[in-house]
Amino acid sequence: MQFESFTELWHMAGHGPFVWASYAITLSVIVFLIWLPVQQRKAFITEQKRLQRIAAHEDKSSNNKES
Amino acid sequence: MHPVRKQRLLVVLFIVVATSVAAALVFYALRENMNLFYPPADIQAGKAPIETSIRAGGMVKEGSVVKSPDSLRVDFVITDYQADLQVTYTGILPDLFDEGQGVVVSGKLDVTGLMVASEVLAKHDENYMPPEVADALKNKPEAK
Amino acid sequence: MWTWFHKLGSPKWFYDISGKLLNFMAPVAALLLIVGAIWGLLYAPADFRQGNSYRIIYIHVPVSVLSLSGYYIMAIAGAIHLIWKMKLAEIAMRSAARMGAGLTFLALVTGSIWGKPTWGTWWVWDARITSELVLLFLYLGIIALYEAYDNKVSASRACAVLALVGTVNIPIIYKSVDWWYSLHQPATIKLTQKSSIDPSMFYPLLIMIVGFYFFYGVALMLNMRTEVLINERKTRWVQDIVERA
Repeated sequence: MQFESFTELWHMAGHGPFVWASYAITLSVIVFLIWLPVQQRKAFITEQKRLQRIAAHEDKSSNNKES
Repeated sequence: MHPVRKQRLLVVLFIVVATSVAAALVFYALRENMNLFYPPADIQAGKAPIETSIRAGGMVKEGSVVKSPDSLRVDFVITDYQADLQVTYTGILPDLFDEGQGVVVSGKLDVTGLMVASEVLAKHDENYMPPEVADALKNKPEAK
Repeated sequence: MWTWFHKLGSPKWFYDISGKLLNFMAPVAALLLIVGAIWGLLYAPADFRQGNSYRIIYIHVPVSVLSLSGYYIMAIAGAIHLIWKMKLAEIAMRSAARMGAGLTFLALVTGSIWGKPTWGTWWVWDARITSELVLLFLYLGIIALYEAYDNKVSASRACAVLALVGTVNIPIIYKSVDWWYSLHQPATIKLTQKSSIDPSMFYPLLIMIVGFYFFYGVALMLNMRTEVLINERKTRWVQDIVERA
């Protein structure tokens, strides 16, 4: 361990803001690049489920008419 | 491979080769302008314009840094080991500024060949090591 | 001879195999990045000249390396798409553009933050930094170009051509510090010579580079899988996945 205490780790002899800002920005971009496709996938599945329901419903109503 | 695909492959190769050639020509034409700074040898040879904003880069010569006692003025010499350039600067120096280290200064050359700098940037090298290793290297007799 | 290659282009095959790969790669990526970051931030020694600010190297170098090698992935996918009209290659190209834009942005931002305490400036128009900025514009340009077309067939073709044209920038970025006088220092990690970084600082860097490669693979495949589902939404196997979800 290079640092004696948390405050020392946080300050990094004056370079803390630069180092921690870099790591924080990187973390947020990493999370964003993972979140984006997961989110799009969720939206897609919700939309397709809705379409499936509509299709099932239409099937039923057309069957009813025929009978 | 299908002949149509072969033809498309040739088109793809042509795109890559053609742009590479174009880029090479552009950079050949621009080769001087792509440099961020002039080395002192080029300035001494008269390649840099006078009274125009330019950048110069090199090593800060050992023992050349003179700090003014009552202002932020610093005078130093940068060198590329072929020629020297006298620089004067008033302002705060970057932390990594030191004798024997690389710098890039921007400013104007006056008629006497003095560089009046408005900005000094520290240029560091690609070596990274812990302080103890650096000390050990310095104390080794064969390492300079 | 080309059958394996065409099989590679099958969306369902890709979806199945990438699902298996993700189960293994995602934990490896997370583990490597966490171990590398903690090692780099807490246990690696401070640099003899730069002090602690050099710890930014543990993200700046991996994201910069990937911003370049990711471009090759995108350009090769673009070439495959142009030659074989393979839909999966087009999806790979567009996913790689998105990844590349994110990583190039990170390379520029972390470099800028690192520049302030070491060089004394946030930004300088030297050859390395300017060519990396051009790379960001190339990635963003490919994303924007695709969105600009209504006809997605011509859109992807135009994107592939732009990706191929931009390939010329990659060796320029890589060699810029050797070809011109720049503020940016030359490469630290060399393939043919001894690297100019102490081993105690190099091991965490190596872990981070490998970790970021795994992360790239994971995020790229996640992107591609979503795009494959959207693309193949009319097929039976996608509708089955929707039903089961």
